[in-house]
Amino acid sequence: MAKTLKLVSLGAGEIDPISVSEYRGIGGYRALEKAFSMRPKEIIGEVLEAKLLGRGGAAYPAGKKWAQLYDIHETPKYIVCNADEGEPGTFKDRLIMEKLPLRLIEGMTIAGLVFGSEHGYIYVRGEYRKIQKVLLRAIEAAKKENLLGKGIMGSSFSFDIEIVSGAGAYVCGENSALLNSTEGRVGRPRIKPPHLAEVGLFLMPTLVNNVESLASIPSIVVMGGKEYLSLGHPDSGGTKLVCLSGRVTSPGVYEVPLGKVSLRDLIFDEEFGGGIQGEGEFKFVHLGGQSGAIASKALLDTVYSYSDLRKVGLTVGSGALVVMDSGVSILEYLKKVSEFFVHESCGKCVPCRQGNRVLLKFLARLSRGSLASEGELLNLKRLISAMSRASFCGLGQTSATALKSAWKAFPAELERPAAFDKLQVGAFPLP
Amino acid sequence: MKPELTEEKVIAIMDGYGRSSQQLIAILLDIQEASGQNYIDETWAALAAQVLGVPLAKIYEIITFYSMFSTSPRGRHIVEVCRSAPCEFKGAALLLGNLEELLGIKVGETSQDGLFTLKTGECCGACDKSSIFKIDEDEYGAADFDQKSLAGLFNSKRQESEAL
Ligand SMILES: Cc1cc2nc3c(=O)[nH]c(=O)nc-3n(C[C@H](O)[C@H](O)[C@H](O)COP(=O)(O)O)c2cc1C
Ligand code: SF4
Ligand code: FES
Repeated sequence: MAKTLKLVSLGAGEIDPISVSEYRGIGGYRALEKAFSMRPKEIIGEVLEAKLLGRGGAAYPAGKKWAQLYDIHETPKYIVCNADEGEPGTFKDRLIMEKLPLRLIEGMTIAGLVFGSEHGYIYVRGEYRKIQKVLLRAIEAAKKENLLGKGIMGSSFSFDIEIVSGAGAYVCGENSALLNSTEGRVGRPRIKPPHLAEVGLFLMPTLVNNVESLASIPSIVVMGGKEYLSLGHPDSGGTKLVCLSGRVTSPGVYEVPLGKVSLRDLIFDEEFGGGIQGEGEFKFVHLGGQSGAIASKALLDTVYSYSDLRKVGLTVGSGALVVMDSGVSILEYLKKVSEFFVHESCGKCVPCRQGNRVLLKFLARLSRGSLASEGELLNLKRLISAMSRASFCGLGQTSATALKSAWKAFPAELERPAAFDKLQVGAFPLP
Repeated sequence: MKPELTEEKVIAIMDGYGRSSQQLIAILLDIQEASGQNYIDETWAALAAQVLGVPLAKIYEIITFYSMFSTSPRGRHIVEVCRSAPCEFKGAALLLGNLEELLGIKVGETSQDGLFTLKTGECCGACDKSSIFKIDEDEYGAADFDQKSLAGLFNSKRQESEAL
């Protein structure tokens, strides 16, 4: 029986991405039509009931975010779509934007209707310059059909979407940095609180949601939150786009119902990854992005849902599944992850800017075969603790997640891990 | 080489974005592309500052913060090899070596004809085809090429440029 379930990717590659009539042919704009007959609070109620968890990485309940913004009365409100997709191993938002841009536009328009907002922005990473052009054409097509712009579908509701480009900075995916960059400024994170719902874009109340989250809204509106929930996991409804990359036979984007398949299914099933490519054997999978944790063979039977993964210290994150085989040294892999964070740290705060450099140096020394003293390990542990607590944004806070999980998964391969585990950090207990 | 860009062209780019300072990043990306040398000359940065009504220092801050910008001239085409983990462990080093040999330059250098600058970068969201290299906005999976077709790809880029 097929394990794939297509909601948000339904019709991808089968229709002309910028044809409104073809999008209507696969059920497009039925949700917006229905939304016009509902009260905003009802729509938020459906999103709450659907238990849609943010698909951008942080897994914050979308319904809760929407309800909070709804209760703020200042205007204007802005709808911002996070299409920065900079997480290595993640290429699913691009699928929606390239192949089904109108579904994203419909989702954003529904959000606009709910919040009485007139302006939406899609912040797209600079590396996706070509995709920005697809989005622009889709916006034009929607305008021609009176689905964007003034008096949408003959109502008094007006909504417009503008595309804003990044230019190569991973940290701009962090939602407050994203807003700074959307304002045409340098994309460094802001101090929170205040919440972006209250003080967001141009200091006005703002909704920031990921592409996949917003593109899931039409399904929820059409089928209702209850049914959407039932398709997924009791704690988190619906489907997730999973990105398989690395050493699997069939890398790609797959849409699966949450809670219905295991990591093993995703990596080995013919319908998905189809197993390890070539001669090697499965060694580990890095989940959710560079800031996520690593799982060895022992965790392969974990069910792919937010709560099942969390129980074993893993996360869904962005939906990335980077699979590595027995030919890959865990230490070399971790070094690569660390290099990424050194490169992408925005430099605003010391724990992240300096901490990541020290981490990388340490890993580089280990990989040259030198042993770390107990004192060094203690310092390292202190450093990781300081980084995860004192870093300004999620980037620095999670830079060492992969390292910590690898220490558990591959004790034999990383030098003196048992000693590391026993060390008491004293004033800096690990969380 | 003198910047090929004219004042009129730079202003036309800004007009295309309604001279909105919110679109500064997109404007600068377009100026960089139109420069023919993939960089932003101080002349054009100053002009943008004046027309958009933002301090030159702010433009400088943006150019130096975002990794896609350069303040010094580069090749007409940017060849970028992805070095993020999914690509790295599917042969990125080998790919980079092949490209270095083919272009006769090292990472960070520009070929003598001024056509190609070779650099490394982070994930460009095409890891289903890892290992990836980009020429400007186009992505290519290394697995789709052998020595010969790779050379052919760059030759066709050369011919395109000559035809201009
Ligand atoms: C360093 C960093 C990078 C991030 N990158 C992205 C990204 O590329 N795309 C994204 O949607 N969310 C990203 N996030 C998460 C966002 O901050 C935010 O949680 C998300 O956009 C909210 O939308 P959602 O609730 O619909 O997921 C990133 C977070 C951090 C800390
Ligand atoms: S944690 Fe890192 S990326 Fe985040 S603000 Fe600090 S330096 Fe910048
Ligand atoms: S890791 Fe190279 S394209 Fe994603």
